[in-house]
Amino acid sequence: MSFLKTLIHGHEGGLKTDGLTPTQKVTLRAVIIGVLYYGLSALEGMMMRAHAISPLPMLDDAHYFSVLTVHPIVGIFGSTYLIVFGAFTFLVPYLMKKPLYSIKLANATWILIAVGTLSSWLGGFLFHYAPLYTLYWPLPVDFKQFDAVGGLVFISGIALIMLGTLGFIYNIFATVFYTEDGHEKRAIKPLLISALGIDGMLNILYKLTGREPYAKEPAVALPVVAIFRGTIDTFLDALVILTCGILILVYIVGDLSGVSMSYSAVNALLYKNFFWWGLDLIADGLVLIYIAGSWYLLAMLITGKKLFMQNIARAALLLELIVSWAVWSHHLLADQGQYNMMKLVSGEMVTAFELVTQGIAIFITLVTLWSARPLKMTNELKFLLAGILGFMLAVPAGIIQADMGLNRILHNTQWVAGPHFHVAILVGLTMTLYSAIYILWPTLTNEVKLYSQKLANYHFWAHLIGGIGMGAFMGMAAMDGALRRTLYMNGEFQTYMILAGICGLLLLSAWVVFLVNVLMSIGLQGLLGIFSKSKLQTKDLIPEA
Amino acid sequence: MTDSVDVLNMLKLVYTLYTLAVISLIGWFSLGVVNPEGKPNIVKSSIFYGYVGALITVGVAIHILTFNKIPWVEIDFKRSSITPAQVVNVTIEDHKFILPSPKIDIKCNEFVLFNVVSNDLTYGFGIFRQNSSMVTQMQVVPGSKNDLMWKFGKNGVYDLRSTEYSGPKGAHMFVKDVFEVSGCSEDDKHSQKGEVK
Repeated sequence: MSFLKTLIHGHEGGLKTDGLTPTQKVTLRAVIIGVLYYGLSALEGMMMRAHAISPLPMLDDAHYFSVLTVHPIVGIFGSTYLIVFGAFTFLVPYLMKKPLYSIKLANATWILIAVGTLSSWLGGFLFHYAPLYTLYWPLPVDFKQFDAVGGLVFISGIALIMLGTLGFIYNIFATVFYTEDGHEKRAIKPLLISALGIDGMLNILYKLTGREPYAKEPAVALPVVAIFRGTIDTFLDALVILTCGILILVYIVGDLSGVSMSYSAVNALLYKNFFWWGLDLIADGLVLIYIAGSWYLLAMLITGKKLFMQNIARAALLLELIVSWAVWSHHLLADQGQYNMMKLVSGEMVTAFELVTQGIAIFITLVTLWSARPLKMTNELKFLLAGILGFMLAVPAGIIQADMGLNRILHNTQWVAGPHFHVAILVGLTMTLYSAIYILWPTLTNEVKLYSQKLANYHFWAHLIGGIGMGAFMGMAAMDGALRRTLYMNGEFQTYMILAGICGLLLLSAWVVFLVNVLMSIGLQGLLGIFSKSKLQTKDLIPEA
Repeated sequence: MTDSVDVLNMLKLVYTLYTLAVISLIGWFSLGVVNPEGKPNIVKSSIFYGYVGALITVGVAIHILTFNKIPWVEIDFKRSSITPAQVVNVTIEDHKFILPSPKIDIKCNEFVLFNVVSNDLTYGFGIFRQNSSMVTQMQVVPGSKNDLMWKFGKNGVYDLRSTEYSGPKGAHMFVKDVFEVSGCSEDDKHSQKGEVK
């Protein structure tokens, strides 16, 4: 078949969208938009990498920082949230063995997040609104620097994303608890106990006291426990960001209507604590919990075996949830107004527990895989191992910067952006998501064959080397003093920046190759067909055989 | 006296070794898990608990180690009870540092307190060497106390830079050769005036 024919119709007939159920379609829509937003975020990243090597004439300061502002919004919300929410929208009902609570709500979720991301991006692109994702008070309402209309567009976008997020949360919780038509009424209590992982803790306790297990067969599958718990953090995070968004909107509307308000009415340090408590629930809460759950699921699906030390895994997820509520102070270790005791307890000691909770997830996943060897090195397995590697590198890097001694010389340097969160997101999180995409691919596409394994291999190696390499060179620049939000115009750190730029190019090329591989597999017709209404009037997840 | 260059060199070495070890471990695991000769292994729970114990030990030990080996941690903790030999008051407003004088002389091994006030936005207060490496920093939050107690142990001339983003107008908040430390027995080889970057 010619290249053009394959591009249009797909590999070996491509994706037959007439045979997709509404649940399959809504999942694929969210994932596809998420993958496209990833590309936009990667392009923005490359613009900034190029600017760090040699200042680009088209990027003045206002433009550069507006790119820096929207880059994480597009990457985290537009890409990661959509891919994760899309996957979980399918996985939760799949694992609970019942239909999704509401397909309409799932469609509204991805549309709200996609439109919200676009609106925030436009706030940066058209108006150069650039308070960064940190939104440190009172920068978002500094109308001497920023156009209030730009702020309105940007913050409205964030609000839409959060509304979409609340829609996802409602759908997930409702799917866990609702009783489907024709089914015997499901009791809420055992579901809740299991979803919170309390049964795992009770099982350990009962074993220690020589009693029979509290629950031999937990009511909720372990990955759903992780999704449920991560979603609690997602909810709290959405509330905090929405609250800050409303506060900023009040000031914006005030400015636009000629009623300027004093921004000293809000205590900047208190605001910073509140905002970081919520925002950190993404980085140190839902991401780590969702990731642990995804690893457990992937390990079980790849091996076809039960998870090693299930009860410990359930209990550790509960611990991770509680830990995630008490670690925000590590973002304020360089704030001298923050109480030392809060820095010590929340910023250092509780944060160090993330080494334990994430370490447990890594150990359990690897042992589960090892217990089933020999395995075949499939795409899902290699991306899973790379994802684990990413977190093995990034979590200790975070623990290192969450130290009062080291933070004094690492805070706001490229160490934070490179070895810590870019390695965590690009290698740890994204490669885990690719693993999930590869393992769900046959189920979601009704067995469409991948166009090229060679392209999949290139995608893997370019992404892995690019991600780790970029983080490493940014980290080395940080050791020499490179800050993360500072423009260096005189060639400082240039060697590191060139090397990080080459790695960035590898990452970008990996995404292009992945996109080509997907497009050639399903075909343009298949891609467009995903966005049309499903012809199957069913609540089933997959079509009947 | 240990300074940031020593600490960061040690960190560079330790983290590089750790990175190589972890990549090797996953590489070894990847080969082992697909080895057709490999047999399923059941790991004993005692190994798991030993591993968790090791993680807890490492997590706590990092902070104990840095508390004892990095001199500025204890100074920071006790700064409210230390009487500084010198106080440097700095104000930041409209993306500009307002300094008590264009050049500030600091004596070696004496406590100096940097007391910084922001009249509008959140900024950073960072002291940097001539080769752009960082000596120290703190956040400068409006309406909050921003006090950094420091002791310099080497002679050198240092720059001042905002280490926090405060909008595009703050992108180049940099003042060259602000602090000059003298009276030490040792020179800071990375921060001698006229050194080529």
